[in-house]
Amino acid sequence: MSPIKPPNAKTLSEREFFFGHKGCAGCGGSLALRLALKVLGERTFTVVPAGCMSAVGFVYPQLAFGTNAIISTFPGTASMLAGVAAGARALGLKDFHTVGFAGDGGTADIGLQALSGAIDRHDRILYICYDNEAYMNTGVQKSGLTPFGARTTTTPAGQHIRGSITQKKNMFEIVAAHGIDYAATASVGYPQDFINKVAKAATVEGTAYIHVFAPCPTGWGCETDLSIELAKEAVDSGLWYLAEFENGEHRLNRDPREFTPVRSYLEKQARFAHLRDEDFAAIERTRDAQWARMRRQWARPTTTAPSAATPATAG
Amino acid sequence: MSAAATKVFVSGNDAIALGVRLARPHVISAYPITPQTTAVERLSEMVEDGSLKCEYLNVESEHSALSAAMGASAVGARTFTATSSQGLLYMAECLHYASGGRFPVVMMNANRALALPWNIYNDQRDSLSLLDCGWIQIYVEDAQEALDMILQAYAVAEHPRVLTPTMVNIDGFVITHTYELVEVPAQADVDAFLPPFQTTNKMSFEVPTNMGFTATPAHYTEFKYQQHRALLDAAAVATEVDRTFGQRFGRAYGGLLEGYRAADAELLLITLGSVTGTARIVVDQLRANGRKVGLVKLRYLRPFPAKELAALTARAAAVGVLEKNISLGYEGTVFTNVVSALAQAGQNAPALNFVAGLGGRDIAKTDIAAMFDRLAAAALQPPPQRVFFINLGVATDEPDQTA
Repeated sequence: MSPIKPPNAKTLSEREFFFGHKGCAGCGGSLALRLALKVLGERTFTVVPAGCMSAVGFVYPQLAFGTNAIISTFPGTASMLAGVAAGARALGLKDFHTVGFAGDGGTADIGLQALSGAIDRHDRILYICYDNEAYMNTGVQKSGLTPFGARTTTTPAGQHIRGSITQKKNMFEIVAAHGIDYAATASVGYPQDFINKVAKAATVEGTAYIHVFAPCPTGWGCETDLSIELAKEAVDSGLWYLAEFENGEHRLNRDPREFTPVRSYLEKQARFAHLRDEDFAAIERTRDAQWARMRRQWARPTTTAPSAATPATAG
Repeated sequence: MSAAATKVFVSGNDAIALGVRLARPHVISAYPITPQTTAVERLSEMVEDGSLKCEYLNVESEHSALSAAMGASAVGARTFTATSSQGLLYMAECLHYASGGRFPVVMMNANRALALPWNIYNDQRDSLSLLDCGWIQIYVEDAQEALDMILQAYAVAEHPRVLTPTMVNIDGFVITHTYELVEVPAQADVDAFLPPFQTTNKMSFEVPTNMGFTATPAHYTEFKYQQHRALLDAAAVATEVDRTFGQRFGRAYGGLLEGYRAADAELLLITLGSVTGTARIVVDQLRANGRKVGLVKLRYLRPFPAKELAALTARAAAVGVLEKNISLGYEGTVFTNVVSALAQAGQNAPALNFVAGLGGRDIAKTDIAAMFDRLAAAALQPPPQRVFFINLGVATDEPDQTA
């Protein structure tokens, strides 16, 4: 596989490989997919499970992928991806990418087993999870990556329970614990960092996993022009983080000196409208405990990120 | 028969593995449990010793086994997987997916009983409960037929008019774990019989394609109709493939079904799978006593050989269906299909359904002889019921069950 020089805003390909789809305004997931395919290019096999990206881009005869693409079963992103890669290898194809692009539910819940199997085999695939924190395509139901406090259609906010009572599963560390060849977190709010990681992951000899935070205005109840702002703010407030795992080591790519207030991030979204002061405090406590652990256990960037605006990627 | 063919003494599982190696698959994916057979162990050994050049994926479930096979098929690779029983049920979603996607995966299914109660022995409720999943379903009688039908299955499944996944069903334990003398064709002959898989139904860099799409009510029916046509067309293809196979290897199996002493039989028993061998012996014994009995062995259940079957049953005074299966609350699925075929042909001979061999219970020659006795009685006086559990060990208020 030829190395990919990570493109920047000036050198990013003009070619589109995912367009004409029916994604909602402000969709973070479709942006992540579009950027990833621009980095990977035309010699790419794309596997997308049942979910938003297939629902908006894959209705016969209106097919929105410019690359080879196939919908897998909902649990089968990683297994079908592994089959595509194995088939292509067995047929002697050279210089190609196989990328899977599944949502948070398709990854952390129903697709986790197949993903675990692929990582175990070190299949040469790139798996991208776009995390919008609920099953959005089917009407905003709770997934394993729905954050504490979020109202979904299966975790209603009422007088007795205020939204989701569980925390997000930690997918990044779950895949890292497999001894995966490469893993990273990213956010569409920091596109250069995401692009860099896709370029890096594409040439990994083994399984690569990127977990990209991707707001969903439809499901989150926010203005459609807030997607990027929220995707940045999630990172800046410490509720999401940019990190990598390679050679058996975790590394924080950003280590903010100070977090922006979680309240500012949460209050822009109707899914958190019901939260009380004690809930905000609980969310901050959880964040602080996680960061204390990450800072203690993981390598940290050589220079502390001076501000929210600068992307920082190792390697 | 090829001069270069060899004879080996192997289990049914081994025979399958030998057949798969001869078919030169690009990708094998398999999960070793739930349950599985030693066929995939033999195949992994062949990959290890270099006698089989393919990608072998040890997956973490049957769902992933078939999902991966579909992915490989979607780039034009020849694929194989194997399963049994609970594992077949676990991949049920992918079974429909593979047929809808027109991925001609070939799969061995070792027919074994379903939980609950747990039971690891042979019956055919696993595959028959999935008869509607759009796959071609083949049932074999012995290890030789198992090997041969793996080769034929690829030729049928990958035929451009068919492009439909194919399940080769082999009775668990009765065939998978018993040993027989099996003739293994020469590789050169198999290569001539089964050229490499060629398809336009794939993703490629020459013609980038979007596969596995959604179809709205405006188009969905047409896709299902095309699948239906493909399965119907598979009947002629399978018949031709069997004939060609016979010319090259000296063994043909009658196409979709085989009649045994059926031409002038007054009492016909319809079977599938390994019990056919026992039934042949009973027919020979009864024939020796002057009774006009015969057999029809169903080899394909999808496509269903309705016309071919009706041609053999046209002169029968009574028809029985022996199956290791029951669609609970009604009757055996094979029986339902058979009775439908007889009705389409305007035949109204009494038809009886013998449910036997569930969970591996033995079916003795005396049991089969008794079935012919029942058929003889039914020919004279049709009984009030038509589904009989053979050797039922509990009391019943249905008078005929214990007769």
